[in-house]
Amino acid sequence: MTPGILESYAAVAGEDVVDHLRQLAAPLAGTRVVHVSSTREGGGVAEILRKLIPLTRALGLEASWEVIAGTPDFYRFTKSLHNGLQGKGVPLPQNLLREYENVNAENAETLRGALNDADFVFVHDPQPAALLSHFPDRKGRWIWRCHIDVQRPHRPTWRYLRQWVALYDASIFSLPEFVQPLPHPQFLVPPSIDPLSEKNIELSPEEVADVRTRFGLNPELPLVVQVSRFDRFKDPLGVIAAYRLVKRHTRLQLVLAGGGATDDPEGDAVLTEVRDAAQDDPDIHVLLLPPDAHRTVNALQRAADIVLQKSLREGFGLTVAEAMWKGKPVIGGDTGGIRLQVIQHYTGFLVRTPEGAALRMRYLLHRRDVLESMGERARRFVWENFLITRHLREYLAIMLGLRAGQTEWIEVGW
Amino acid sequence: MNTTPPEPAPITPFAVRDCALLTLSTGVGAENLKEFHEGLQRVPESSIYHHFWGRLLRPQFDEPEYSNDFASWAYHHLREKALAERLSTVDPTEFDTLETLRQELLEVVEQALDENPVVPWLRAEQPFAFVRSQIIVFDSGQRFATPREMAESMARLPLGAVYYHFIDARRRTENRRDDLSVWVDSWGPDYTSLCDALRSLDPYFSSLKEIRRMLASTFARFFDLPGESEDLEGAPPGAVFGPRRRRRA
Repeated sequence: MTPGILESYAAVAGEDVVDHLRQLAAPLAGTRVVHVSSTREGGGVAEILRKLIPLTRALGLEASWEVIAGTPDFYRFTKSLHNGLQGKGVPLPQNLLREYENVNAENAETLRGALNDADFVFVHDPQPAALLSHFPDRKGRWIWRCHIDVQRPHRPTWRYLRQWVALYDASIFSLPEFVQPLPHPQFLVPPSIDPLSEKNIELSPEEVADVRTRFGLNPELPLVVQVSRFDRFKDPLGVIAAYRLVKRHTRLQLVLAGGGATDDPEGDAVLTEVRDAAQDDPDIHVLLLPPDAHRTVNALQRAADIVLQKSLREGFGLTVAEAMWKGKPVIGGDTGGIRLQVIQHYTGFLVRTPEGAALRMRYLLHRRDVLESMGERARRFVWENFLITRHLREYLAIMLGLRAGQTEWIEVGW
Repeated sequence: MNTTPPEPAPITPFAVRDCALLTLSTGVGAENLKEFHEGLQRVPESSIYHHFWGRLLRPQFDEPEYSNDFASWAYHHLREKALAERLSTVDPTEFDTLETLRQELLEVVEQALDENPVVPWLRAEQPFAFVRSQIIVFDSGQRFATPREMAESMARLPLGAVYYHFIDARRRTENRRDDLSVWVDSWGPDYTSLCDALRSLDPYFSSLKEIRRMLASTFARFFDLPGESEDLEGAPPGAVFGPRRRRRA
């Protein structure tokens, strides 16, 4: 008999972990939960929701996922909003503000049936944040889920967004440092990875070797990989600079692999900059992957000796947990949620410059024993802390807590 | 779902509860020692508690260098070693209430503010974020009918259960005692020495794994059980991360 979804997760995360989920879900049976985001493909939010919804359903809640539809101007504006929240000063022209508000108003009408009677609505990131203002008669509690590093936002940008976000019943941030003053409870929930997704399941050595061959990678040379959107905050040019510093001493290969997210209009420009910087170096492989290339990404991470995530700003950095789950040490930017995952000298290294990344790459490539023990610790660390089951546990607890009225004590299972 | 903590009943089987924390921001942060001092005065008591005890449930790889979040921040992000040492020696078990604990912390910080006119304004490398937590309590399904059964399972108790019964119990029970020694005590004078030994364990300077090891060896000595080295959390079972032992009855 094929195991059910909960049994499959129990086999990876632990039976007691799934048992806790069942205990939390029991008092929420039949509760209608809707998640709203801006894209169904590409980016960490979509990846999390793709599995969170069926898991929630398997626990007896009525969960669904709605996606808003936007215009090119809307996405250009929300990309600026995103950049502004991460601290990059951006203009907020009136016509684009109106476009943002109009798109939210139109989507509110489309989604009215699904959202107005829901018991809980989780609205992800800034794109659909203004939806709530169109539901004056909403039945349930609405929670704004921020996946972005908003530690030092561009103030006018935050002020604009805050008018919509302040109306929610609660918000969720990935790290305490990201929290902004708001008149409601603010929960702290780091994101997670799905160990059973195409991107994270075990692959055979043959499949990993096939991917090496497909992209012309030399199995005899060390391989360093960064997987992320082509976005300046991911610092792909810094990664190339670090690679060049290492290459003076050790020949190696670099893969910069990224997919485009449908809500990110800047990707093409950054990809061109990256290709220009790579010049004709045959050991730099810039791969633009389709949004559904999950198995390819999985194989590239498994083929790597070291995984980089040299972001300058990062809400969380799911690629860090993905790499760690595959037993790889990560050299990550000393920022945002990467700090939560990369524990200095235990699961990898935090760096601030290409020079710092190069130093740590050289060290790990010459100390295979350290590289391997760090990788083992990294995998265990993700198993204990960053699997989707922990994420869902916290969402269920938030719903119970909001329903019970902010008590400090929630007991289930009795 | 219950929202008030129960009082343990004597001689009934000991029901093992597991727990997890859900953290919330207090909305109070500090970029320097001056702001930290202000924040310390106005955060809820539950935040003070979290930064002393809730940290035990956070992932960690070894024994913490400093035994509370305040001291750790002073050392790592404010680079104030003397202040870190003084904050680290504030032992929460010596204070009857969280309010008196807060006053002691304020005293230590005020001393640092007085000693060096520059320190109050030095910007920390990373800000301190005061958080608080909600505790989520689960039924582990495990029951102990006798103290000996408790002793035999102690080395495998989930770390959440160690936190719930040995740490958190002290703030929700009368006489501020841990659940384990209270239950063992109800078995009469034959167990007095075990109770005394359990009560003399100081949890403040240890990780949950170390506390569990201390508890297991205390029980093992009393019942003359062989030492147990198994550490479930330390070695995830199965070559490819197979299932953890099912504990629910």
